[in-house]
Amino acid sequence: MTPRNKDIDRREFLRRLGAGALTASAALTACKGGGVADGGASGEVPADKMTFRVTPTTGDRVSLLGYGCMRWPMKKTSHGEIIDQEEVNNLVDYALAHGVNYFDTAPPYMQGLSERATGIALGRHSRESYFLATKMSNQRYAGRGWSPEEQFVASVGMYRNSLKTLGTDYIDYYLLHTIGGGSGMPLLKERFFDNGVLDFLLEEREAGRIRNLGFSYHGDVRVFDYMLSRHDEFKWDFVQIQLNYLDWLHAKEVNPRNTNAEYLYAELRKRGIPAVIMEPLLGGRLSNVPDYISARLKQRAPESSVASWAFRFAGSPEGVLTVLSGMTYMEHLQDNIRTYSPLTPLTDDEKEFMEETARLMLQYPTIPCNDCKYCMPCPYGLDIPAILLHYNKCVNESNIPYSSQDDNYRKARRAFLVGYDRSVPKLRQADRCVGCGQCNPECPQHIDIPAQMQRIDRFVENLKQNREF
Amino acid sequence: MLRKIRIIAAAIFFTLITLLFLDFTGTIHAWFGWMAKIQFLPALLAMHVGIVLLLIVLTLVFGRVYCSVICPLGVMQDIISWFGGRRKKNRFSYSPAISWLRYGLLVVFVVALVAGVGSFVALVAPYSSYGRIAQNLFAPIWQAGNNALAFLAERVDSYAFYSTEIWIRSVSTFAIAAATFVVLAVLAWRNGRTYCNTVCPVGTVLGTLSRFSLLKPVIDRSKCVDCKLCARNCKASCIDIENHAIDYSRCVTCMDCIDVCRKGAIEYRRRTSADCTGAAAKNEDKQPAKADASRRNFIAGLGLLAASAAKAQEMKVDGGLATILAKKAPKRDAPITPAGSFSARNMAQHCTGCQLCVSVCPNQVLRPSAGLMTLMQPTMSYESGYCRPECVKCSEVCPAGAIKPITVADKSSIQIGHAVWIKENCVPLTDDVECGNCARHCPTQAITMVASDPAKKDSPKIPTVNVERCIGCGACENLCPVRPFSAIYVEGHLNHRTI
Repeated sequence: MTPRNKDIDRREFLRRLGAGALTASAALTACKGGGVADGGASGEVPADKMTFRVTPTTGDRVSLLGYGCMRWPMKKTSHGEIIDQEEVNNLVDYALAHGVNYFDTAPPYMQGLSERATGIALGRHSRESYFLATKMSNQRYAGRGWSPEEQFVASVGMYRNSLKTLGTDYIDYYLLHTIGGGSGMPLLKERFFDNGVLDFLLEEREAGRIRNLGFSYHGDVRVFDYMLSRHDEFKWDFVQIQLNYLDWLHAKEVNPRNTNAEYLYAELRKRGIPAVIMEPLLGGRLSNVPDYISARLKQRAPESSVASWAFRFAGSPEGVLTVLSGMTYMEHLQDNIRTYSPLTPLTDDEKEFMEETARLMLQYPTIPCNDCKYCMPCPYGLDIPAILLHYNKCVNESNIPYSSQDDNYRKARRAFLVGYDRSVPKLRQADRCVGCGQCNPECPQHIDIPAQMQRIDRFVENLKQNREF
Repeated sequence: MLRKIRIIAAAIFFTLITLLFLDFTGTIHAWFGWMAKIQFLPALLAMHVGIVLLLIVLTLVFGRVYCSVICPLGVMQDIISWFGGRRKKNRFSYSPAISWLRYGLLVVFVVALVAGVGSFVALVAPYSSYGRIAQNLFAPIWQAGNNALAFLAERVDSYAFYSTEIWIRSVSTFAIAAATFVVLAVLAWRNGRTYCNTVCPVGTVLGTLSRFSLLKPVIDRSKCVDCKLCARNCKASCIDIENHAIDYSRCVTCMDCIDVCRKGAIEYRRRTSADCTGAAAKNEDKQPAKADASRRNFIAGLGLLAASAAKAQEMKVDGGLATILAKKAPKRDAPITPAGSFSARNMAQHCTGCQLCVSVCPNQVLRPSAGLMTLMQPTMSYESGYCRPECVKCSEVCPAGAIKPITVADKSSIQIGHAVWIKENCVPLTDDVECGNCARHCPTQAITMVASDPAKKDSPKIPTVNVERCIGCGACENLCPVRPFSAIYVEGHLNHRTI
């Protein structure tokens, strides 16, 4: 009984804090000893104003803000980084207290540690107070020459292990993880049809151990279309897609292999399937935007964070069930709760404004990496996301000289090179890429990683050698 | 007054020369690099006749001011001795010179120099000793301070400081540096300039000259009251008050005695009664030394031990970093010496082992050799970095002519070694993956990737080295993904060639 009491105390405490003259945000920031309030937004964090959406099949009342469990806070220990469980518990408690009730994890997330950490944090609350989503990530078993039987055994093992790790006997939302990647249709067949895994999952839904069955999709649109063409048969309860104001109309522009979110959403809407949204913020790229874009958004709504625009965009369509956000910091969580408590849908005028913003964003040559770390670990030791993120950071801060004749060439050169060594240890930098290409099939954004590594490496060499370019 | 001038001048020289060893950004060298070049032994080895003559004239006029102002090792001893003196005043006393040791060591030193026993030369030579101490003991502290600033700078998003790697380049040299420092510190703390007046070969040479110097401290017998205050404050232990005589071969003209004498009995002036005959400089000429290169067994077989980077991942999970094994240096038949040094022999003949080049190398390539004959002289290896095409820092700073100044363009055509491929280690063959990282990074395009099976176009591609174009920079060796032993490594050339 004591843990429950403790929870109530905490909730009560937070509520009082929120109602007080001090904003909860400022107070918590102070408690943590000086975190920076994110995005510059501030104000009260309402505990009871969250927007909810209801699923057509199970009637679940799901909060519009969903918690993505792919980016839990880490802490350093003597033997490497581990998840900061205490902080995860804090975040989960706070989220639940403010209406967030959807938690999305997967077996491979965070070096395979996410499910456990999520399970521990949620296990401290009643099972009815939240919805749990996890995934069948059996893409890891495909393409290794295993027989369908072996794949089936391993996949079912993964499913049962999720139940065990999460400490539950049913899963609210179960997804066929990242279909459409790799070879597309052949990989889909190998993972779910030839080995009978899909049949097994349908039976589990029948048995009630999976309450909603769906899939998450990236990549080859033929796979998406195929899965929906069999909707009558499989009765998908929900589908998870990548949707944000950049991918709405411009996903194909960024990478011809990707599909515009407008199409994906419309296809789901047609069939009345709720959409779970991933990458509403593109791994932070729609929050950490070029200075010019940031100023533009701030000018329009000085009180709101840059990220809030992206969340309002993703949450506005009626067919969206929940918008997932991998919130590492309390400030992110608070800001997002504020945005959705309640949601103010974008007006047509604002939608037009976001489209203009998207077109401006496309002019910045950032690399579309969302830091999901699916490509890692690189067998040759590279820190691929860190390299790409540093490059993007320098693009956004205008520290990428386009030519050695640029006015700010010297400053930009120093900032890039010094920052590069800070962000990425020397032995994990782009010049170590051998081009083996093992990372490429893993990337949900379909970045040609070795090509980018070699491009960045050539760029670094130009800077180091002070060559004219 | 004279003492104050001496102290200020010494402080300036000492600080700036020390900074030459500490500064890894190259800014100090642009302005004060000459301070290393006016050191006696390096100038002599570089055959800078003008500088050597200047130092000789300086000594013939003013006495051994070189030892108390220009020589950083001398000033360092003065500093230590000063701390010693704060605990115990008036602690020195006159002692006769140990001439057999002084001149004996000088003879051995000259013989070693001529015979090319660089290790002994570097061990005894004062500037080398100081460089060794500064590089091995002071530089890490300086860098740690810099890294702390870089850490702070990173927090405030400033690019003013960047962190640098602190590493011990050679255990033996580090140990020698530490031992040198301890011995010198003990000697200086207790007896002032013992080292300078018994061991130091430069001190002995300049001491021989300074006997005949124009200006020197002279005791005025009429004013002297035999209080011995001067003798008890003479760190060179060279004032014999019984005879009112000063051993000018050991006096480093520090002016302490002049300052301390309450009767004004000591003056810095010409000694009228003395009759001086000119003496010639000693110690010139040297003969080619035998450039030793240890011939050891070939590396083959080691490759089989090399753990390949790619490991089967049972249940692949997202994120995490693969562990990276540290690279190990291959056994090289011939040592690699930097471009500008012409040959291993030229290096052995001129290098005083002062560690200045090692200090400034920004790529973690240069380190002191551990070879018996070339101990503490620089050698190159590519485990932590490679000799980058845009850098000629070592050639700019060398005061001894062991590495002559070259330009970036010169460097791109100087062959200091050549790359050797080790089939057993190469990843396209062992791991069946695409690679070509060596070819991609070769600055002279000396490496071409070809199909390993000429009959099959799509067989794994392996590197071929055109040794005529290879300059031995080590980019391939350093960037080769295979660890701990690379699949391609550089073999040094005893004589550099220009291509």
